[in-house]
Amino acid sequence: MRRFVAGRLAQAVIVVFLVTTVTFLLVHLAPGDPISVALDKPGVTEAVRQQWRESFGLDRPLGEQYLRWVGNAARGELGWSFSFRRPVRDVIAEALPRTLLLVGLSVVFSFALGIVVAVLQTERPGGHRDRWLGRILLLLYSVPDFWLALVVLLLFAYRVPIFPPSGIVDPVLHDYMSFSGRLADRLRHLVLPVTTLTLLATAAISRHQRSALAEVMPSDWMRTAIAKGLSHRRAVRRHALRNALLPSITLAGLYLPALAAGALFVEKVYSWPGMGLLAANAIVARDYPLITASVLITSVAVAFGALLADVAVAAADPRVRVS
Amino acid sequence: MGSPAPFASIIGPRRTFSRLLHDSRTRIAIVVLLIVALSAVFAPLLAPYDPTAQLDIVRLPSQPPSFAHPMGTDPYSRDVLSRLLYGGRISLSVGLGAVLLAMSFGIAVGAAAGFIGGAVDAVLMRFVDAALSIPRLLVLIMVASLWGSLGLIPLTLLMAGTGWFAVSRLVRAETLALREREFIVAARALGASPTRILVRHVLPNVAAPALVAATLGIANVILLEAGLSYLGIGVRPPTASWGAIIQDGAERVSDLWWLTLFPGLAILVTVFACNALGDALRDAFDPRQLPRGTDATLAKEA
Repeated sequence: MRRFVAGRLAQAVIVVFLVTTVTFLLVHLAPGDPISVALDKPGVTEAVRQQWRESFGLDRPLGEQYLRWVGNAARGELGWSFSFRRPVRDVIAEALPRTLLLVGLSVVFSFALGIVVAVLQTERPGGHRDRWLGRILLLLYSVPDFWLALVVLLLFAYRVPIFPPSGIVDPVLHDYMSFSGRLADRLRHLVLPVTTLTLLATAAISRHQRSALAEVMPSDWMRTAIAKGLSHRRAVRRHALRNALLPSITLAGLYLPALAAGALFVEKVYSWPGMGLLAANAIVARDYPLITASVLITSVAVAFGALLADVAVAAADPRVRVS
Repeated sequence: MGSPAPFASIIGPRRTFSRLLHDSRTRIAIVVLLIVALSAVFAPLLAPYDPTAQLDIVRLPSQPPSFAHPMGTDPYSRDVLSRLLYGGRISLSVGLGAVLLAMSFGIAVGAAAGFIGGAVDAVLMRFVDAALSIPRLLVLIMVASLWGSLGLIPLTLLMAGTGWFAVSRLVRAETLALREREFIVAARALGASPTRILVRHVLPNVAAPALVAATLGIANVILLEAGLSYLGIGVRPPTASWGAIIQDGAERVSDLWWLTLFPGLAILVTVFACNALGDALRDAFDPRQLPRGTDATLAKEA
């Protein structure tokens, strides 16, 4: 077990190293440097910009800049956000927990929903219910993340205004509410983003869960279970599902990158002030330090999540550790 | 059932093809994709207006659907139907171009890694593993925002450059499995050169999973391109693309619903058709999967 974790940890380190290096190279290969963009204003002379470059160390050799950037990133120094006029680290420290809340809730809900749907499908493979659920899932799987968010927003925040369209709390009234009122206010703001992200994730999870179930269905022990008189439904629920659940933890790890992308669009549409909205706004403001830092932090979070998923599988299934 | 069917008729190419054609998903997908492709190719003939022309910025901006403009106009008074037709060209050409490039590269890398093995394989696959765990959208966002809006060809190259990892992994796994099979060992024993074995025996057997991956890959690239355009960093404006039309109305979704609805449906229908075709292909190529309409526990015999 220890060897497995060590090996997997080494892989995560490679990922983080690759992301940092690629991020650094991209920023430096791109036309124009952060200073020229941030100080592209009338009245700022080239001499002033040069002075800023020197104070940020942008005139040093590339190798030295790279080491400095890796060292700083490792210590959590992610630079200065030109659009917020605050250290990038502080901006991200505020946004990250909000994204984790959104993504965490959606992962829990979509797994529960996805597994239920897959079981319902497998109870009668090829039947009416299987086909229709399959079509609906494929449709959800094909819908652009941001478009589903826009449509849900349009329907349930504007046409039938039962949920707030944006933000995490009511901008005016929240401070005047009682404790339970504030809690309800927060929950109301969570409903639409979490529902959208859950629907998007359920499509992928359920499709994979169904094929994981389909894979164990022809096993000899399933045949035995049915031969000894179990109903098909009971055999699926009690025998097949337990054996097909483990692969979906691995899937959760593999699906995290897509989930991060989905969260970005959902946050953008619902103005949910997490990492995704931060990145989207940083693009508009051309705030390079903030763009690179949010890409970096999100990638590291995804790598760490995938690592956790793999370790969880190895802890549950000894076969994984051996191979 | 009846008499036992000969092995070849269960997994042979003819059986695969007839399974594919008898699948309702295939037929629907092909019809939909043909309509989308034809309307993109003949966009100049079909579009009632120039997709980038600002028709009348005083009287025509943000008009709801009408007879003159069946899908309304955008805030710059451009005709949405015309933009939608031309937008299909962007989605399809980026999707097809990027996937063709990514497939060629991914197959080459995967076959090389699987066939050569050793250190080459280890290094390549560690790299691919790492690359696969980075969210593709984030890399695209970085590049597209740092370089400003991209042209069509850089965008296609970017999508291809970030899209070959999964295929190379798939092809490597297939190649590794094939390498030990009797017919390859026999070919080697007969003195066939490694190149000949690769081209004549390995690649044809890799074609099926690669084709499935390609079909699903096109769907993915279309979604990613739409996403980038929605974020305002897709193909350079004023070029029409489906995501860009939605972006033009995104600030006022509640008033300008037609700017969200029509291009969104266009993306959804196209991507759905690609995914359905990919699913149908996979089921047709892989008889081990649950056959539709048979009892699951009998799947092994089917």
